[in-house]
Amino acid sequence: MFKIAKKRSLNPTVTEMSIEAPLIAKKAKAGQFIILRAKDDSERIPLTIAGTDPVAGTVDIIFQLVGAGTMQLNTLNEGECLHDFVGPLGKATEIDGLKNVCVVGGGVGCAIALPVARALHAAGAKVTGIVGFRNKDLVILEDEFRACCDELILVTDDGSYGQKGVVTAPLEQCIQNGANFDEVIAIGPLIMMKFVVATTKKYNVKTVVSMNPIMVDGTGMCGGCRLTVGGKTVFACVDGPDFDGFEVDFDEAMQRGTMYRDFEAHAREEQCNLLNQEVK
Amino acid sequence: MPAIQRNMDPKKCPMPSQDPNVRNKNFKEVALGYTADMAVNEAKRCLQCKNHPCRTGCPVDIDIPGFIAKVAEGDFEAAYQILSASSALPAVCGRVCPQENQCEGKCIRGIKGEPVGIGRLERFVADWHRENVHTPVTPPAPNGHKVAVIGAGPSGLTAAGDLAKMGYKVTVFEALHVAGGVLMYGIPEFRLPKDIVQNEIDGLRALGVDIETNMVIGKVLTIDELMGEYGFEAVYIASGAGLPRFMGIPGESLKGVYSANEYLTRVNLMKAYLPDSRTPIKKSRKVAVVGGGNVAMDAARCAKRLGAETVYIVYRRGMAELPARKEEVEHAEEEGIIFKTLTNPVEVLSDDNGCVRGMICVEMELGEPDASGRRRPIVKQGSEFELDVDTMIMALGTSPNPLIRHTTPGLDADKHGCIITDGPDGLTSRPFVYAGGDAVTGAATVILAMGAGKEAAKAIDKAIKAKAGEA
Repeated sequence: MFKIAKKRSLNPTVTEMSIEAPLIAKKAKAGQFIILRAKDDSERIPLTIAGTDPVAGTVDIIFQLVGAGTMQLNTLNEGECLHDFVGPLGKATEIDGLKNVCVVGGGVGCAIALPVARALHAAGAKVTGIVGFRNKDLVILEDEFRACCDELILVTDDGSYGQKGVVTAPLEQCIQNGANFDEVIAIGPLIMMKFVVATTKKYNVKTVVSMNPIMVDGTGMCGGCRLTVGGKTVFACVDGPDFDGFEVDFDEAMQRGTMYRDFEAHAREEQCNLLNQEVK
Repeated sequence: MPAIQRNMDPKKCPMPSQDPNVRNKNFKEVALGYTADMAVNEAKRCLQCKNHPCRTGCPVDIDIPGFIAKVAEGDFEAAYQILSASSALPAVCGRVCPQENQCEGKCIRGIKGEPVGIGRLERFVADWHRENVHTPVTPPAPNGHKVAVIGAGPSGLTAAGDLAKMGYKVTVFEALHVAGGVLMYGIPEFRLPKDIVQNEIDGLRALGVDIETNMVIGKVLTIDELMGEYGFEAVYIASGAGLPRFMGIPGESLKGVYSANEYLTRVNLMKAYLPDSRTPIKKSRKVAVVGGGNVAMDAARCAKRLGAETVYIVYRRGMAELPARKEEVEHAEEEGIIFKTLTNPVEVLSDDNGCVRGMICVEMELGEPDASGRRRPIVKQGSEFELDVDTMIMALGTSPNPLIRHTTPGLDADKHGCIITDGPDGLTSRPFVYAGGDAVTGAATVILAMGAGKEAAKAIDKAIKAKAGEA
């Protein structure tokens, strides 16, 4: 059993938890993920690791309350335990040799972008952060990003905080102004990553994206997380989750992501009803 | 003691089972098992041959005539003790072994009639013991040595059980959240009930075996760490062959194309067949399962049970070449699975939403035998046709998982990713590191994996004792 050492709400729909998992905390690197099950009848949820404390033996996860699974997870509180927690899975983000990097995060994807930015900063690279949110209320981890970015550009869709617009505009501006990035690392919704790649491709700036498809086991067994990258079938869980953004077939990935939309909508409704009953 | 009256009926006592049209709508076990009378009667068909050919067909060398003699006498517990001396998982083997190619394939009674129902008797004895005997197991005295086993599937569990019986402190590391491997995620409930698997695993725990779930060796700990700071003197790698293969045809990424591994894992491990399951599975109308092995039969029969109107097995060779157990093919046919043999898909077709709407197939004919000795299927020119399906399940076999191979320096593997071992002992290119089961052979059977686990346990015992100067 894996105890929840800390839990805090980052915004009304995003929660952060620190989980006691000393072996994973010792091994995990930025870009890797874990799979958890909240209770003994829960589905397996893959989440990219948001941070680790090898001394305290904890692994941080940040999740958005999007479906039944994450809502059920959010019912657990500090001191309670997750039934299962396995990792670190996947390959770590490659940061060796990078000197000047732009880290682009979108929404809850910022939770995963943060450890990458931190790792780059710790390795002495110049880090430009571009983080985007729908509105002011949904902004997360701003202070944490400021602490590890040489420059941070924050945008909101509606302009309620930071610059108004989407991440691709400041990204393109930076590139045009001669930022001369070695690499852009983009982590967020598929549609955001697709447009980041469309932007950087014009200037031929190498772009790495972190893919988060539907998966079951996370060890290469089910093949549910398969993607087409460079015309070849790969498994995000063992070959990724990071891939060369120029090679990823985003349209196919977006199609595959909707496989269980009806089931998920129904399950979310059921979970809401369940939670309402508990409140009563 | 009076001599046992032999039963000279040329046929096996039939296995009571659920009616095909009832069972193809539920996940309860298909075969219901012999009653005590049926078991005694069937056991009396055994001739107790002096040279017991059946035994030579058993990968774990069970004293088959010995246990059957006890069944014939009605001493079921004595029969169980004989079985469990050789097999760590008798209730499992009695259900899933391909007996027709092993023990029963060699049975003298099979020459002029049907062989003795050895598998059915094994199952009966194991079930009888589970239901009637509840004496706690006493763990053997510890011998002070520690062994790690990677993978809690049939091979790893067998090695763990045998080593524990010799007094070793065994820790089994399992990547998934439950132990059992393919017995839990692959083979469906209606063929192998999951509480029976867990009962066998509880028996191993009672012997003192530690099972650590949620541990992906190669990621959270390496083999070098296990043998270094964790003090394990030997390691047995039984990580199976979990990596699914696809065909590489257009349309394989469409929604509604599954690997059999994913389909079965969702259904069996994550219990997607239960109405309140939190793991989704597609509600299919017409399903094509591509492949002809046991896994293909399991996937097809699951799809039928989940409510699909039509389920096809699409296989490029003929009925005679199906690699599945005979009983599984018969059960599938009885349940209404349609066999489209000598057929091969060449493209999956998409609807406007990126979902499967059909597949294009070609007809095949059999040519000259290939390297495997089976006749090579050849495409019939101009035979293309469209098959109306909304789901496609790829059951084309699996390859060994690369996680351990990639993180263990000096561990040699062949071009298929199978770990190379030196003979049947399972010793790898690294001293005190052994491997067996599907991780070495590529996808094979439960019982062969168990046989490898047994051999490795013996070899590990010998190696550790020799090193410690205790041999």
